[in-house]
Amino acid sequence: AIPVRSSRLPLLSDAMPAPAHLFPLIRSCEIGRLCSAACYCHRKHLCCVSAHFTHGHFRCAPQRKFAALCRPKENFNRFIHTRDYASTPQRFYLTPPQVNSILKANEYSFKVPEFDGKNVSSVLGFDSNQLPANAPIEDRRSAATCLQTRGMLLGVFDGHAGCACAQAVSERLFYYIAVSLLPHETLLEIENAVESGRALLPILQWHKHPNDYFSKEASKLYFNSLRTYWQELIDLNSGETTDVKEALINAFKRLDNDISLEAQVGDPNSFLNYLVLRVAFSGATACVAHVDGVDLHVANTGDSRAMLGVQEEDGSWSAVNLSYDHNAQNEHEVERVKMEHPKSEEKSLVKQDRLLGLLMPFRAFGDVKFKWSIELQKRVVESGPDQLNDNEYTKFIPPNYHTPPYLTAEPEVIHHKLRPQDKFLVLATDGLWETMHRQDVARIVGEYLTGVHHQQPIAVGGYKVTLGQMHGLLTERRARISSVFEDQNAATHLIRHAVGNNEFGAVDHERLSKMLSLPEELARMYRDDITIIVVQFNSHVVGACQSEQL
Amino acid sequence: AGMFLRLLSDVRWQAARPRWRRWPCCPRSASSAAEPRPAPLPAHAQVVICGGGITGTSVAYHLSKLGWKDIVLIEQGRLAAGTTRFCAGIVSAARPVAIELRMADYSNRLYQQLEQETGVKTGYMKTGSISLAQTQDRLISLKRIASSLNVMGIPCEIITPKQVAQLHPLINIHDLVGAMHVPGDALVSSADVSLALATAASRNGVQIHEWTSVSHVLVQKGRVTGVETDRGHISCEYFVNCAGQWAYELGLSGEEHVSIPVHACEHFYLLTYPLKDPLASSIPTIVDPDGRIYIRNWQGGILSGGFEKNPKPLFTEGRNQLEIQNLQEDWDHFEPLLSALLRRMPDLEALQIMQLVNCPETFTPDMRCIMGESPAVRGYFVLAGMNSAGISYGGGAGKFLAEWMVNGYPSENVWPLDLKRFGSLQSSRTFLRHRVMEVMPLICDLKVPRWDFQTGRQLRTSPLYDRLDAQGARWMEKHGFERVKYFVPPGKDLLDLDQSKTFYKPDWFDIVGSEVKCCKEAVCVIDMSSFTKFEISSTGEQALASLQYLFSNDLDVPVGHVVHTGMLNEQGGYENDCSIARLSKRSFFMISPTDQQVHCWSWLKNHLPSDNNLTMEDVTWKYTALNLIGPRAVDVLSELSYAPITPEHFPSLFCKEMSVGYANGIRVMSITHTGEPGFMLYIPIEYALHVYNEVMNMGQKYGIRNAGYYALRSLRIEKFFAFWGQDLDAFTTPMECGREFQVKLEKGMEFIGQEALLEQKQHGVYKRFTMFILEDHDTDMDLWPWWGEPIFRNGRYVGKTTSSAYSYTLERHVCLGFVQHFDEKTGEELVVTTDFINQGEYEIDIAGQRFQAKAKLYPFSSLFTQRRRKDEVELSGYQRE
Repeated sequence: AIPVRSSRLPLLSDAMPAPAHLFPLIRSCEIGRLCSAACYCHRKHLCCVSAHFTHGHFRCAPQRKFAALCRPKENFNRFIHTRDYASTPQRFYLTPPQVNSILKANEYSFKVPEFDGKNVSSVLGFDSNQLPANAPIEDRRSAATCLQTRGMLLGVFDGHAGCACAQAVSERLFYYIAVSLLPHETLLEIENAVESGRALLPILQWHKHPNDYFSKEASKLYFNSLRTYWQELIDLNSGETTDVKEALINAFKRLDNDISLEAQVGDPNSFLNYLVLRVAFSGATACVAHVDGVDLHVANTGDSRAMLGVQEEDGSWSAVNLSYDHNAQNEHEVERVKMEHPKSEEKSLVKQDRLLGLLMPFRAFGDVKFKWSIELQKRVVESGPDQLNDNEYTKFIPPNYHTPPYLTAEPEVIHHKLRPQDKFLVLATDGLWETMHRQDVARIVGEYLTGVHHQQPIAVGGYKVTLGQMHGLLTERRARISSVFEDQNAATHLIRHAVGNNEFGAVDHERLSKMLSLPEELARMYRDDITIIVVQFNSHVVGACQSEQL
Repeated sequence: AGMFLRLLSDVRWQAARPRWRRWPCCPRSASSAAEPRPAPLPAHAQVVICGGGITGTSVAYHLSKLGWKDIVLIEQGRLAAGTTRFCAGIVSAARPVAIELRMADYSNRLYQQLEQETGVKTGYMKTGSISLAQTQDRLISLKRIASSLNVMGIPCEIITPKQVAQLHPLINIHDLVGAMHVPGDALVSSADVSLALATAASRNGVQIHEWTSVSHVLVQKGRVTGVETDRGHISCEYFVNCAGQWAYELGLSGEEHVSIPVHACEHFYLLTYPLKDPLASSIPTIVDPDGRIYIRNWQGGILSGGFEKNPKPLFTEGRNQLEIQNLQEDWDHFEPLLSALLRRMPDLEALQIMQLVNCPETFTPDMRCIMGESPAVRGYFVLAGMNSAGISYGGGAGKFLAEWMVNGYPSENVWPLDLKRFGSLQSSRTFLRHRVMEVMPLICDLKVPRWDFQTGRQLRTSPLYDRLDAQGARWMEKHGFERVKYFVPPGKDLLDLDQSKTFYKPDWFDIVGSEVKCCKEAVCVIDMSSFTKFEISSTGEQALASLQYLFSNDLDVPVGHVVHTGMLNEQGGYENDCSIARLSKRSFFMISPTDQQVHCWSWLKNHLPSDNNLTMEDVTWKYTALNLIGPRAVDVLSELSYAPITPEHFPSLFCKEMSVGYANGIRVMSITHTGEPGFMLYIPIEYALHVYNEVMNMGQKYGIRNAGYYALRSLRIEKFFAFWGQDLDAFTTPMECGREFQVKLEKGMEFIGQEALLEQKQHGVYKRFTMFILEDHDTDMDLWPWWGEPIFRNGRYVGKTTSSAYSYTLERHVCLGFVQHFDEKTGEELVVTTDFINQGEYEIDIAGQRFQAKAKLYPFSSLFTQRRRKDEVELSGYQRE
């Protein structure tokens, strides 16, 4: 197994079967805290056995995924290398405003507008942000309000082997979900409008950061696939009301299917042809929430995570998971994968906590290398454009590849009825969860949103405390909470903690500055892309809805 | 902590053997079985006082001193158990408002002799107080207070930082520029003072019932008839609401709501163990307003609290808990104050903390306490909202309220504290919550002239508000109504709010100057819609007859005439000063100052006969008032109305209904409240925008522009116009302010105050309203006068100013104020004659610096460009700002 990344500077990453083994080495190298952060990034979605890989003509995302073979010894050398870097951190010092401008570059907030002074939505709004580690970032995020049905859609997408698949899913998935939710009459209306060239009913209202783009070139292609889907839905008209859970599952599966089909069929336009292939050969996980009144559905495929922040009666914060990670740590997933394949493959299915020894998430969009038969892969690659044909990675067939598909995009859907104590939802890619425990996430966001810092209130009680001691204590506490006031965005605040937390759980500017000033090629060693959406709920509306339903 | 351990008693108070002293330390639970049954409530009393804190006991004490004996005081818990028990116990006369200063001074003298009078230890200790100034501006404000303390005979001195260090060894003086030392200020144990007052009252026959709570007050025909308590009913004639932070809830509990706009905020102070060398009991109290803290000696250690910038209001929802339970200490919230304390006294670092006390204090919307009779319910009196100075004010406020109840009026002008300055519009919970968050920090903020509250704004507005705002209007607020100060011309920037605070020449000086110039030379429009407007009419002659009795001027004038007149009390003092237009034989249109809306209404209701044929309506909200000021106003109006407006057809002080533009039924009056020529237009509100637009369009060729109240004030003060609430009050008669011509003693019928005025006419007046022109005052460099500056005649104090303004015409500052004549030997007040005024050399003391001034009893006639109608000059027309 081999790590990934830039060919210029092969880095330790997934290559290590048990990165923990390196710990003593790291420690003995006196790299200290900074380097111990390197173990955060040991997990990567994809590994492949491949030689050093030179990339000539294609400059787009996938190239970064093809990495060099790397022996443990070499890894060690890499650490020596980083130690050199870590020993001269002064050069990379950032001022607090510089740190802030990096952290805030991608932040976005949306407040659900109030009508007549009454916010009728159970969602108050959301904050989202991304911090890249890869260049370009492979994470994507989306948020939109359904206009023809009620509800709001929010999702984070973690791409691997490039950002193409994550990009496509972030553009397309919500349309598939929205269409799946539409009643028959609306579908007919839309189809008729398209047929007669009339203006289309808007389906989604997007809430996008300026950096979140849509690929113009593929829109026609994407639209046609979507239209085929709703035409089938019209033909299939069951007359039943649409179940959200079913709609989510159908939309996920259908989109993955369309991605696969588009790659098989190809496109006469060579740019598009190459695009659909890149989409299909790269992969993406998706974690999507649909909020409508008190009904919260989370559909998850892969190892991003949704977490509900709950405020207990005593004001403290706790976390409730609303998704299961689809990876080797999830026994049910391992069980599922084993059930789907013959017993003879049992040993090769999951190796080194990876699917077929290669892929970290056990479910994903795209990744046709884990879905198509060998014949199909060979046919498509051979008939594909030269770029694809020259690519070692695409030609590489996973070992022990006997009974595809090994991978699915079908999500697990969890339905949750919102309660007034459910204050917010955090959707984040694994970049966050690797560095922070969900309980800490709940507390940090909760305290940020309420502005109440659950530091233990100080009581003098019977202790002997002098004015000077008390003053020192209070000044320190003040400094601790002041970091909150720098951020206007809960997601930014969370990233600040994720990247800058010291061993005491407080943001350490020095550490934050070091982590953010890492050169591009090093950044991925110390952290993964982080994408976060924090959705805040309106407890009053939730309470009112709840009592209505009772 | 003797101040916290107060023992309980359920029994009725008996002066002979106060039972609460018998059990010095047994907790309530242990002794409850042994306690005697509480004494039954009486079925009847003349007065029921609700609240056993410092205010309630003080009112009881003073009422009983004045001879009223049939009094019941009801306390929901124990006596002196609320804010009174916790408060810091500082008695300080260093207050900026004159009436508050008087109350504090009286309280101090009262408490000083209380222990001797009652035998109850009060912990009274004369320590003096030192108010520190970290900035020159702060020092100016202290000097202003020092000036007014000195002329009242309260010793007071501005001292240097070095002198501060000599008076108090612990103080860090490095960042100080000066300080004010008031040696007479004192410390008391506030709960003990309250108990001493209760003891004395009880000896005088006041019945005190603890553990009894008032559920509501019974009212019949607008009068108090009784009180319902959890232990039964008491019928009574008077009810006094001294319920502190619960006064608001109690006021709303009855069928007839009494709005008492008070709201509580958490207030923190720190107690420490004694120092290694315990502080001397005589060490002065320190007030460091720039650090927002006060520090006093407490049993050899210190007690230090403050008024933070971000107060925590509480009980907005009105939870009516019995006593102040132990509210949470909040050290993080206290941190800025602790930092300020350690900065002021760095040596205290090693001092050990005993406790952080959280003691809610009650605040009012304008930082002045609330007293007086409810406008809605007769016999319902209130004393509450002490703004954290309950101990300082308690004694004096109790005295004034007792006098008010017994005599019908207090011995001083308490209008600044009168409950009737507020209406129900100030009693929204949201408004109070927001406003007190501004008021509490203001206690320590620098109080500069012309300060406007920033919270609770834009409640009442003219229909033209948005139009004026878009044209650069800057706003101030009176009685909830937004009024324009001045208009900032496009492209001109003024200072930020915080930076604009100054005791010197303000940044708007030139802006107002150009508005004044336009009023003098062309024409200006001022929106004066905030005026209180009443219509009084009757089917027969009742309206005229009743109004003739209420007003000193003769209202039996031809229809269409406008009369300026005072609404006087029995002593001849101004309860209100208004203009009345006779609309028809039987109906009158009455215009009063903005803040008269509640007071005037209640005065009329109380004095008009209850006659179904006589109707009175508050039409304030129905009319927008535009004031067209200037020599070209007549041109604008005649072009818009096609009616002859020449002085022959429309002389001064006339009122006509006419059309302006397309709008009909506009009441046009030839008065301007400034002495300039012009008109007031009373416009039904739906026409307001139309008329304003027409006036502005038509006025363009005459150079019309908008103006604000600052220009108006400059114009009226240079012409020696007094205005009610500022210059005139219930203790000022028309004779004292040169308005004899507005009094018709021989109008053929009796009116209120007639006898008092006759008496004054025969024997002369004891104070005289005088105009002063500052002579050697540099407008750019010197401190500006405000109001309340002492006036010196031949070096001797003779009175105080009541208002001041810069006159752009005279290019001098003009101060208005009252001159008295004190006998040089005895200090006795003597009659003030014209000669006395004219034959003196005058000086005005602005923050300790004296400026020569020229006194005048009559305005400069050169300032009047208007042709006068015989004796009815619009002279001394009332003004309001």
